[in-house]
Amino acid sequence: MRYLTDRKRAIGKGASGTGTEHHWAMQVSAVGLAFLLPAWLYVFGKALGQSREAVVATFGHPFPAILTGLLLVVGMRHFAKGATMMIEDYAHGSARKIAVMSVTSLSWVIAATGLYALARMAL
Amino acid sequence: MVQFTLPKNSTIRTGKTWPKPDGKNVRKFQIYRWNPDDGKNPQVDTYFIDMDKCGPMVLDALIKIKNEIDPTLTFRRSCREGICGSCAMNIDGINTLACIYGLDEVKGDVKIYPLPHMPVIKDLIPDLTHFYAQHASIMPWLETKTNRPAKEWRQSIEDREKLDGLYECVMCASCSTSCPSYWWNSDKYLGPAALLHAYRWIIDSRDEATGERLDDLEDPFKLYRCHTIMNCAKTCPKGLNPAKAIAEIKKMMVSRVV
Repeated sequence: MRYLTDRKRAIGKGASGTGTEHHWAMQVSAVGLAFLLPAWLYVFGKALGQSREAVVATFGHPFPAILTGLLLVVGMRHFAKGATMMIEDYAHGSARKIAVMSVTSLSWVIAATGLYALARMAL
Repeated sequence: MVQFTLPKNSTIRTGKTWPKPDGKNVRKFQIYRWNPDDGKNPQVDTYFIDMDKCGPMVLDALIKIKNEIDPTLTFRRSCREGICGSCAMNIDGINTLACIYGLDEVKGDVKIYPLPHMPVIKDLIPDLTHFYAQHASIMPWLETKTNRPAKEWRQSIEDREKLDGLYECVMCASCSTSCPSYWWNSDKYLGPAALLHAYRWIIDSRDEATGERLDDLEDPFKLYRCHTIMNCAKTCPKGLNPAKAIAEIKKMMVSRVV
């Protein structure tokens, strides 16, 4: 049993001095995705069901290729930060740290895989 | 770690059913009971009250039960007019003040529980020690560095109006205990009530510790665990909007860096 005062328990280790950057990054990426995602869905929808050559040709054009690249990077950063926040809500201790590392790694793997596929089509 | 089921010793069981009085306007009350001294699990006791002989508010019914049926029923109360915040409890699924919540607002049986996700001291009394300590940690007082004026710290009418919707908070804990973020992370997250009070002092034109106050909130948990769920604003028995106050703090935080 630890003899801590109520005030000491409430203060804990004090403020970490971070948080606003994460909050602002989520706001900015959310606004960005509000434009990127509908535009990408339009491009993707037009390519959907076409032959492989036509799809490769579509994503070989600069606008769809850059749009897809931006969506992958911005979307996966938004996903990683959002999922981190969700994990912090529900998991504590080592489980929290492992889950945050896993979801961050997953987001980078998805982004890298997508960018590789895009490069194969566009270049 | 978030808990989706109650521990075995917290599982609620059916308790005692008290005799039903005669009368045409009898109403059923189901009330959470737990006594730390008997070693038993919590239980829900059933009481019946003749509403023709009872006041209009939930607190009137509780006082009637304590006075006339079961003197062991334990709950906090004081002012009976929504100013002290003592009688906050969960009534019909809503955190509110029993003294200003009308029995006519409850459909069917009246179900009364203590404020959720707080340690219970006895029956309807939650342990608010940590909640009050968190409130104290935001320094709920005027912080000044300038020498004290001869008469008083002056404030314009416009600046005073900015405190409306904030100073009325009676610290009943209804909002904080309705907030899922506070349920899961109350060890670090300050919760809507403490943050509403923090904002009340941050925007006070007379206070000279705005920067320090914002520094103390610059944390992923203390402030940013608020996800704008809005349960706080929905449940506040005083009609306040802690979520808006928290959003205003976030805007001030961003304005310091962007």
